[in-house]
Amino acid sequence: MKLDSKIPEGPVAQKWTNHKNHLKLVAPNNRPKIDIIVVGTGLAGASAAASFGEMGYNVSAFCYQDSPRRAHSIAAQGGINAAKNYQNDGDSVYRLFYDTIKGGDYRAREANVHRLAEVSGSIIDQCVAQGVPFAREYGGYLDNRSFGGTQVQRTFYAAGQTGQQLLLGAYSALSRQIGLGRVKMHNRHEMLELVKVDGKARGIIARNLITGELERHSAHAVIIATGGYGNVYFLSTNAMGCNVTASWKIHKQGALFANPCFVQIHPTCIPVHGSNQSKLTLMSESLRNSGRIWVPKKKEDAEAIRAGKLKPTQLEEQDRDYFLERRYPAFGNLVPRDVASRAAKERCDAGHGIEANDTNEGVYLDFSTEIKSKGKQAAYGQGNHNPTEEEIIKLGKKWLEEKYGNLFTMYQKITDENPYETPMKIYPAVHYTMGGVWVDYNLQSTIPGCFVAGEANFSDHGANRLGASALMQGLADGYFVLPYTVSNYLADEIRTGKISTDLPEFAEAENNVKSAIDKFLSNNGSKTVDHFHKRLGLIMWNKVGMGRNEQGLKDAITEIAQLKEEFYKDVFIPGSANDLNPELEKALRVADFMELGQLMAMDALQRNESCGGHFREEYQDAEGETLRDDVNFKFVGAWEYKGADISKAELHKEELNYEEIKIAARNYK
Amino acid sequence: MSAAKNINITLKIWRQKDASDKGGIETYKLDNVSTASSFLEMLDQLNEQLVNDKKEPVAFDHDCREGICGACSLYINGRAHGPDTGITTCQLHMRMFNDGDTIFVEPWRSKAFPVIKDLVVDRTAFERIQQAGGFVSVNTSGNTIDANSIPIPKHDADNAFMAAACIGCGACVATCKNGSAMLFVGAKVSQYALLPQGRVEATERVLNMVRQMDEEGFGNCTNTGACEIECPKGISLENIARLNREYLKASF
Repeated sequence: MKLDSKIPEGPVAQKWTNHKNHLKLVAPNNRPKIDIIVVGTGLAGASAAASFGEMGYNVSAFCYQDSPRRAHSIAAQGGINAAKNYQNDGDSVYRLFYDTIKGGDYRAREANVHRLAEVSGSIIDQCVAQGVPFAREYGGYLDNRSFGGTQVQRTFYAAGQTGQQLLLGAYSALSRQIGLGRVKMHNRHEMLELVKVDGKARGIIARNLITGELERHSAHAVIIATGGYGNVYFLSTNAMGCNVTASWKIHKQGALFANPCFVQIHPTCIPVHGSNQSKLTLMSESLRNSGRIWVPKKKEDAEAIRAGKLKPTQLEEQDRDYFLERRYPAFGNLVPRDVASRAAKERCDAGHGIEANDTNEGVYLDFSTEIKSKGKQAAYGQGNHNPTEEEIIKLGKKWLEEKYGNLFTMYQKITDENPYETPMKIYPAVHYTMGGVWVDYNLQSTIPGCFVAGEANFSDHGANRLGASALMQGLADGYFVLPYTVSNYLADEIRTGKISTDLPEFAEAENNVKSAIDKFLSNNGSKTVDHFHKRLGLIMWNKVGMGRNEQGLKDAITEIAQLKEEFYKDVFIPGSANDLNPELEKALRVADFMELGQLMAMDALQRNESCGGHFREEYQDAEGETLRDDVNFKFVGAWEYKGADISKAELHKEELNYEEIKIAARNYK
Repeated sequence: MSAAKNINITLKIWRQKDASDKGGIETYKLDNVSTASSFLEMLDQLNEQLVNDKKEPVAFDHDCREGICGACSLYINGRAHGPDTGITTCQLHMRMFNDGDTIFVEPWRSKAFPVIKDLVVDRTAFERIQQAGGFVSVNTSGNTIDANSIPIPKHDADNAFMAAACIGCGACVATCKNGSAMLFVGAKVSQYALLPQGRVEATERVLNMVRQMDEEGFGNCTNTGACEIECPKGISLENIARLNREYLKASF
């Protein structure tokens, strides 16, 4: 198979404009005759479905939640990047493009990333027009904050709930189209198979999660916008229902899966509390604007803290190791996520971790410096040029509360500790997956008519995503890319007519799903789905997590294959296929995670280099920084499914060309 | 932080096979629950136990487990989202309970939210209210005006944000003796009413949303204020006052 990325000719800054000018169109009178399916209603899916509805297409949208508003984009906290340069600090489309390519450790496609930077400004305009209440300054203009991996302030935000506000914006646009009858919404439905007719994506089989009924839906194009696969680790910051199933089903039907080993481990999450834990909670990266990360310099202090004999607030300044500021003075606490996570792991592995749990892993995120500096500023702002220490601290805490109040409350509810008084305890956790379904410049997978958007595709973030860029990509794909590229594809479909769901391809797909369900329900096993999912997660976290090595990956591949076999033999699913059955839903998802997990380990094993979130312990320099190999690995690794034995999957390579940006070692020092 | 410990509890949980089933309370004993667990992790533990005994687990809605998606619900010991304020059920922790406690768990109770199974209810009435008018009619072309061309007073933007923080969980309806959705609708109407972008359609919006709210069978507001207390996001009663003002303004 030859991979054709379909990157347009011409200079990178003009590719998208030129490309758009030459794409085919579908006239308004033809659009109502064309059906589009959108699976997933997060930022990418909701914005795409709304846009197609507005254009006049006949849209069916699907989500497993009871409302499209609950898709996990809702949980994004910190912000959304856009090259508006409202702060006049030297930002530009080029800077955002450059930062994203560099942040991704030179493993993303230049053309896609440039397009993303180009449309970023329109996203903010669009959202404001929709009534998204972004944070503003007293003059009434939009406020910005900093995020990791950049030296400008280009992040727009709405307290610590930016994802919520943006998703509700897209949801309002979607709701409007549903109300107008242009979009038919299918809540509590899960896509369980893609239907192909003559090689083209022509529909899906979806299960109604309330009645258990398997439904056939046909369309002229199918959009997959179902998010990432972080839940393969069991514990992650993803919602409980996040899964890889839709992406995996199309992968099994011929869509290549790219860079599955590129996983983002987010540095600032609340550490694990115990074996009953169901998920991990993120503390937004925006907190690194105001918080300083440290561990005790001396191991005995770390031990005393873990034993409860010493409090972090009792430790003098000279006994604290602000390890990010020490190692990366130019970016300090605002280095990219992969760099920050590894640095925290390095300190904890060296015995300086502060959390008294099984693994002793945890570092401090401390706001005391910021409380003093912002408190002083606020006092001056009120005309008090000689504030007391007490006044400063009071005003500083108030400032923090205004900026991050909901995050501080969330932290306190979970940990029972007050972060205004004592530093937060944090540790890295699985958060985002840069890998995903391979798509060309038009966001089309290797299956004609099957497009993939948002986190579900692989295209924009290389080996590491910068903070506040996921929201940007989701909305860019849905509002400003797919409406053009999908229309171009559909221009050849105006004479096709309605696609019948009575075609044998639909019957066969439905039967396949039905037999998979029946097999699970008649299995005479003894263990729960979670039992297997947790074991899979442990293998993944220990061997395909923050640090990976050849032996560990080889072991993981064998162990996952064995676990998969055991899972099918011994899993027990109660209930029936004909009603709401959450255990069955989980089993179908975990079955796909088992296969994906093995592929992730294989991908990590073939990539003999360290880049971004992929850290192979064999490839690091004397200071523990990643050693990329641009001679041998400057490619997108796209895997082709070759049957249930995942070890037979075949790797295809898309060579990455850097025409605009000079490829260099990533340096944040 | 009080160190985590394990407690033993008794659960009285509403079980109902489907919408047509009458349903009833079942009793379960659950041992060794860590006080560091969340309430939903405790229910996971119960379900693990039930499945291991070859019984059907308790169905409940949940997803993000960090208090923002609005999927989780539950009436716990007679209170929406349980015995703590400013949180959703997924943020409720078992440290709020004591060893030996008996805990009652019921679904949202409201005519407009019929039970689907066990603790899962149908909240699509909220969807239809949103579809009736919870939006600004602007197409997603990207060809709007620059985001900074209309300055918005910070106070208005902040208040709009606080109204927009609603997660659509339905606690307000479930806790209201009239089953009223005025806090939910008031929050949405307020968000747009406070912003210049939303003012343009303010009249049609409030009339359409209220009409749909009434059609769905939600009750009226009698200013009890229970909704505000149980709202996990602290949506203020002021939003209901604003809804009434907007409605009156639009009606004459």
